[in-house]
Amino acid sequence: MPAFIQMGSEKHFSSLHTTLCATGGGAYKFEQDFRTMGDLELCKLDELDCLVKGVLYIDSVGFNGRSECYYFENPTDAERCQKLPFNLENPYPLLLVNIGSGVSILAVYSKDNYKRVTGTSLGGGTFFGLCCLLTGCSTFEEALEMASHGDSTKVDKLVRDIYGGDYERFGLPGWAVASSFGNMMSKEKRDSVSKEDLARATLITITNNIGSIARMCALNENINRVVFVGNFLRINTISMRLLAYALDYWSKGQLKALFLEHE
Amino acid sequence: MAERGGRGSGHGSLDKSITLPPDEIFRNLENAKRFAIDIGGSLTKLAYYSTVQHKVARVRSFDHSGKDIDNEPLYEISVQEEITARLHFIKFENTYIETCLDFIKDHLVNTETKVIKATGGGAYKFKDLIEKKLGLKVDKEDVMTCLIKGCNFVLRNIPHEVFAYQKDSDTEFRFQTNHPNIFPYLLVNIGSGVSIVKVESEDKFEWIGGSSIGGGTFWGLGALLTKTKKFDELLQLASKGQHTNVDMLVKDVYGGACQTLGLSGNLIASSFGKSTTADKEFSKEDMAKSLLHMISNDIGQLACLHAKLHNLDKIYFGGFFIRGHPVTMRTITYSINFFSKGEVQALFLRHEGYLGAIGAFLKGAEQDNPNQYSWGENYAGSSGLMSTSPDVSPLQRTRSGTFDMLEMDRLERPLVNLPLLKDPSTYIPDTVDLTDDAMARKYWLTCFEEALDGVAKRAAASQPDSVDAQERAEKFRQKYWNKLQTLRQQPFAYGTLTVRSLLDTREHCLNEFSFPDPYSKVKQKENGIALKCFQSVIESLDSLGWEERQFALVKGLLAGNVFDWGAKAVSDVLESEPQFGFEEAKSKLQERPWLEDSYSQWLERLKEGPPHKCALIFADNSGIDIILGVFPFVRELLSRGTEVILACNSGPALNDVTYSESLIVTERIAAMDPVIHSALRDEKLLLVQTGSSSPCLDLSRLDQGLAVLVRERQTDLVVIEGMGRAIHTNYYAVLRCESLKLAVIKNSWLADRLGGKIFSVIFKYEVPCK
Repeated sequence: MPAFIQMGSEKHFSSLHTTLCATGGGAYKFEQDFRTMGDLELCKLDELDCLVKGVLYIDSVGFNGRSECYYFENPTDAERCQKLPFNLENPYPLLLVNIGSGVSILAVYSKDNYKRVTGTSLGGGTFFGLCCLLTGCSTFEEALEMASHGDSTKVDKLVRDIYGGDYERFGLPGWAVASSFGNMMSKEKRDSVSKEDLARATLITITNNIGSIARMCALNENINRVVFVGNFLRINTISMRLLAYALDYWSKGQLKALFLEHE
Repeated sequence: MAERGGRGSGHGSLDKSITLPPDEIFRNLENAKRFAIDIGGSLTKLAYYSTVQHKVARVRSFDHSGKDIDNEPLYEISVQEEITARLHFIKFENTYIETCLDFIKDHLVNTETKVIKATGGGAYKFKDLIEKKLGLKVDKEDVMTCLIKGCNFVLRNIPHEVFAYQKDSDTEFRFQTNHPNIFPYLLVNIGSGVSIVKVESEDKFEWIGGSSIGGGTFWGLGALLTKTKKFDELLQLASKGQHTNVDMLVKDVYGGACQTLGLSGNLIASSFGKSTTADKEFSKEDMAKSLLHMISNDIGQLACLHAKLHNLDKIYFGGFFIRGHPVTMRTITYSINFFSKGEVQALFLRHEGYLGAIGAFLKGAEQDNPNQYSWGENYAGSSGLMSTSPDVSPLQRTRSGTFDMLEMDRLERPLVNLPLLKDPSTYIPDTVDLTDDAMARKYWLTCFEEALDGVAKRAAASQPDSVDAQERAEKFRQKYWNKLQTLRQQPFAYGTLTVRSLLDTREHCLNEFSFPDPYSKVKQKENGIALKCFQSVIESLDSLGWEERQFALVKGLLAGNVFDWGAKAVSDVLESEPQFGFEEAKSKLQERPWLEDSYSQWLERLKEGPPHKCALIFADNSGIDIILGVFPFVRELLSRGTEVILACNSGPALNDVTYSESLIVTERIAAMDPVIHSALRDEKLLLVQTGSSSPCLDLSRLDQGLAVLVRERQTDLVVIEGMGRAIHTNYYAVLRCESLKLAVIKNSWLADRLGGKIFSVIFKYEVPCK
């Protein structure tokens, strides 16, 4: 960011424009720097306003004539799961889940009518931060790459690890994660997992949790379409598929997870 | 005491060399039948049911027909053995399991037991060991079912079971009034994962959600991040860390608070958001703290979302993540407050660790119908809530690795709310919360300490024929002294500390050492003496004009309350010249206006209003109080056409009149007095028992029979007399009908507190707001 301001200063952006439209948390943080170093006034736009408008705009323009919005059909069936376009002509109401370093969840009722429902601090930053600490990786891409090669079931304790199979009393399938990182309580198991496994478990933990909070919000707000956007999902097919799967499975098909090509 | 348990034992391996003080931990094992065991990740909870032989004092009327009764005692007192049921729960570290099983095996006399109910994750692991050691078949029960059964049981039977946690107040634990209807509620069990269960009735509950981010995540991920292996140590680390070094806050993103979103700058925007770099070291403490916040907030958020969806406002938290750890109770409480905007309260349970064992036990005991009975915590045999802040309390260190106990006595009769309580869900019996009020706490603890030698002496003296009375009295003294010291350290050990709980604990300890009724002979004598004066008191009352008589009756009620059996000089006077003593007592009373004085309104009510339909009177002391104070008052009410329900304690407490004593006394009065006689015959005067053995009165735990009668007879007046029942408790109780609370304050500290002097009079006549 300082480099960008520096560039703006060198290229004399200010002679062309005196104001720059900006959004995001950094717009506030770097406003002073823009003014003093770049001689630019920032026209700070509300981050969420921008987000909502952006989502709706992108979809209205479309993606090479195709719908910008898509979903996964048969997300609970690995064989038959496929990405299909979704027509967002009547988008409202929708739940917008923006996964950046943290997560914001908005309920959007019309072009101008939306509210922030809740948020969680367990977001992309948590995945990346924990991966750095656990694996020593240094980029988000690296963390995702490791995750794609790992096996989270070595790290997590599954329902079947505790009950030997499904927990029928509560209708819990044996493959469900009972305790994220639960196997890591034991020293032997800590010594036997790879960095890839840990990265994968971190990704699964964060993603499942976002899915679970989004699902609860959708139920509370009585909305059945959930659009997931944000940096975290960039090149992150594992999370998108998992979100689609988790939402479908736990809502018994009542909720649909949607994604955007150009989020 | 439990502290002596297995201290100094080794870790890791099963240590057989520990010595158990058997009688003090696995009590009544020889009478035990029906076992249940809950084996968790680190702690084992054993439950069993036993029968306990109690000594009880019984009274029996002599046949006085045709005898000169002047020189004989009024009735006969005998000490008998009574068998009652008790539930024992013992909690110990898994390391001791083999030793404990051996011990149980050696002491298990009852061979009828064939099965042991087992629950908890460890039930699988230890199944063979249990079957081999005990020769019992292990019968596994579902973990959550047991948990919920246990939860319902403690919510129903243990007063002050539930508390909210408040770190920054004088008292960390804020105990809640037991709500008459415990359902529906949300139980959030935080074990290695999180289960969120909605409980709608005794048998109806539903898993409505869960999360894999739980105690196992804190432990597992924490161990990876900090190389610290133990859960407790991780919590210790967390309590010392600064999460802001690891977490990215809103202000780190926005440079301050985010106004448009209404988010405070100190909120966590991204957990571990600052650790997104490979070249910086973070302290173990800071990472542990950040992890703790992350997990607690997440659980709190999910719990709130579920509570909102199901429209529930009570959330109980349990599981090893919570279990008595102030650090986690604090972060969970914070999170629930934040996410529910204060609409939902995070609640915790005093006996949370026992829920699984209690539930498993109940599953196996269904033919005994434990849920049909009321149960009471036996303070003498229960360890109480221990260990708050790990960094504060050295007690915690000695405590962990030892034995913790809970004992519940089966009460003979079910207890229910007084139907006349205005709002049972907000009724709090006790006037002063000593957990809250440090000054009052110090005073009363000292007061009870100072009185202890005297009580022990009286107990020993009450059984002159017993060879070991001295020895038992000393054991009693030691036990109660230890309880008082525990309460000085941990005032919240048995729920809210009150004068009532101190008195009840003393009674439990006396019972423990077979002093069922140290005052029985004193009461016997006093009743005999007072009866002799009854007729002359009645005659003098009858000679008065109506208005004068009303005042004399009230003074009589109060006078009976003046003297306590602690005062030797007074008892001498009473014995030699009872009539004089009664007059003397009246003269000691404060002149009107009394400290609390609504006598004029009461008089007005009697004069102007219609007679009451039915009065419920809670009696206090034996002797002068009941016979010369209460009975003339009862007689006047009866004469006005008011029916009277006279309620006395089921069991003995101090010199309070018991139900069985009241039967004899009433019979004798009826023989002298035609009004009482015909009222008894026509069932206009009814004697009932309260279901209690306390010198105080909890209107939310009264005998069911009493409650039924109160409703049937359309009771419209409640009279509560005495310090214990009308001042220490119920001073602020709000009823749906008229009430009289009267007492003489016989304690100068308390008088001072209430703004008066010793022997000040409380006469509180209350009419419910329309």
